[in-house]
Amino acid sequence: MSATSIMAKVSELRKLATLENFKLLIDNGIRAMALPVLGICMFLLLWQLVANNIVTSLGQFPGPTQVYEQSQNLVADHNRERNKEASFYERQEKRNAKKLEKNPDAKVKVRTYPGKATFFDQIVTSLITVAFGFLIATLVAVPLGIVCGLSESAYRCVNPIIQTFKPVSPLAWLPLVTMVVSALYVSEDPFFEKSFLTSAFTVALCCLWPTVVNTIVGVASIDRDLINVSRVLQLNAWVHIRKIVIPSAIPMIFTGLRLSLATGWMVLIAAEMLAQNPGLGKFIWDEFQNGSSHSLGRIMVAVLVIGIIGFALDRLMLALQRAVSWDKQAILR
Amino acid sequence: MIEDSYLQISQVGIEFPTDGEPFRALQDVQLKIAKGEFVSLIGHSGCGKSTVLNIVAGLYKATEGAVILEEREVSEPGPDRAVVFQNHALLPWLSVYQNVELAVKCVFKKTKTEHEIKDWIEHNLSLVHMDHAMHKLPNEISGGMKQRVGIARCLAMQPKVLLMDEPFGALDALTRAHLQDSLMEIQQQLGNTVIMITHDVDEAVLLSDRIVMMTNGPAASIGEVLSIDLPRPRDRVVLAEDPEFNNYRQQVLRFLYEKQRNPAAKAVA
Repeated sequence: MSATSIMAKVSELRKLATLENFKLLIDNGIRAMALPVLGICMFLLLWQLVANNIVTSLGQFPGPTQVYEQSQNLVADHNRERNKEASFYERQEKRNAKKLEKNPDAKVKVRTYPGKATFFDQIVTSLITVAFGFLIATLVAVPLGIVCGLSESAYRCVNPIIQTFKPVSPLAWLPLVTMVVSALYVSEDPFFEKSFLTSAFTVALCCLWPTVVNTIVGVASIDRDLINVSRVLQLNAWVHIRKIVIPSAIPMIFTGLRLSLATGWMVLIAAEMLAQNPGLGKFIWDEFQNGSSHSLGRIMVAVLVIGIIGFALDRLMLALQRAVSWDKQAILR
Repeated sequence: MIEDSYLQISQVGIEFPTDGEPFRALQDVQLKIAKGEFVSLIGHSGCGKSTVLNIVAGLYKATEGAVILEEREVSEPGPDRAVVFQNHALLPWLSVYQNVELAVKCVFKKTKTEHEIKDWIEHNLSLVHMDHAMHKLPNEISGGMKQRVGIARCLAMQPKVLLMDEPFGALDALTRAHLQDSLMEIQQQLGNTVIMITHDVDEAVLLSDRIVMMTNGPAASIGEVLSIDLPRPRDRVVLAEDPEFNNYRQQVLRFLYEKQRNPAAKAVA
């Protein structure tokens, strides 16, 4: 074979190779992007078809287009309310400035804007409430799980209680929590709303258990060799927990935390409906009571937002797990 | 104190509870070890070699008898009896340096300054030729390197007895040979008292001053003890053709495969 024909062969091979690569790239692209998009489109189509055939006493069941409209409306409501608020403060400031101009000793009143919470305010309230409840649950569940994982006797003591309370619905807890909060949280100038505390504690009570159970399993299944190392070094309990127990149980603890947060987020909506905590649950309840022709569309917006936030919270925990975990090669999903 | 009862395993026996009759793993294990001596325990798997080591370490409690180290009875695990585990048992979330540091701080927290501790860790890592990878995580180094670190961690504790549970069993032949040479060199230099479990006959003869051969379980005990009077330092290549070395090897092999046939092999036959 002459040199030129070899060269030609090589360039031909190279072209083939790039073509192969290109195909692979497209394949991967399809898998990563096109398939999920296809799935979503099919879902939207089906939704629209089904929605067209359902008529309720509040009008037709909202399809994707109506839901999109309502989401635009909610954004517009929010902006309108913010503008109103801004102009309210502006007027108040001017009025007070005038007053002070006339009489520098005059007492000026500063009022906070009395307008109603918008959809976005309610999202923020929900997030704060779930975060607070989840935090309380974590602070109780992780130490409890570690103690029960380390000590067989502690586990045997606590296990029946865990198994009994684990399947209890948030709705069962709520009346009790409401009464307890009303009875115990008495203050002239409360820092937290009672409805906030009721919702947060209900969330905490329900999302305690996955973290407890998974932490126990994680701690109880530490490699025996590592425990023996700790015994040979005569590590005291505190160092043993910090250096050996927690790092090896971290993956299981996070599995528990992620399940807990997902549970907590679900429980929160129910709790807010009944406790009238001004979050997404209350939004849905109010819209339902409202019974306008837009209500169902707005509730559907809330449903989607709840879903997306739940998904985002899980990703957030996953990112946190990645940051905390020592094993950077571990595949986390 | 008699020179050769630095470590004394005296009439040790152990039973493990089971659902039915308790299982007797060891019976009447009797052994005296001198300071600076290198002793290997050899026997078929399941004969209770590891159990003996765990009792000396204090990880198991003997049902009867006692282990006496420097005239004091062993009652719990402690850093004066450091254990090199077969699977290195490094904490995977700590770097090589931090793994050794954890051990050093447990032993020398009160007697060494911060600076001395750092020097001591580095010194011990360089003994096993691992000072170049101090800040790597165990996952990032090879199996042989992990075991080197495991040995450094134990050496750094300056134990009275170094207990090694099949330390090279999980390594390939070349790596094993390297580590055996390193261990011989270090033991020559520091004069550690070592008990090593092995089922590799060559390894036992090459490294040991005495080989303790165990009978098959249940109720295993010491069958024979063989003193290896080969001059040190020992060179594996030279010894391979040494008639005395081969004679020792044959004695161990004869014990293992004629007097104490492998229980598994017996079952097949």
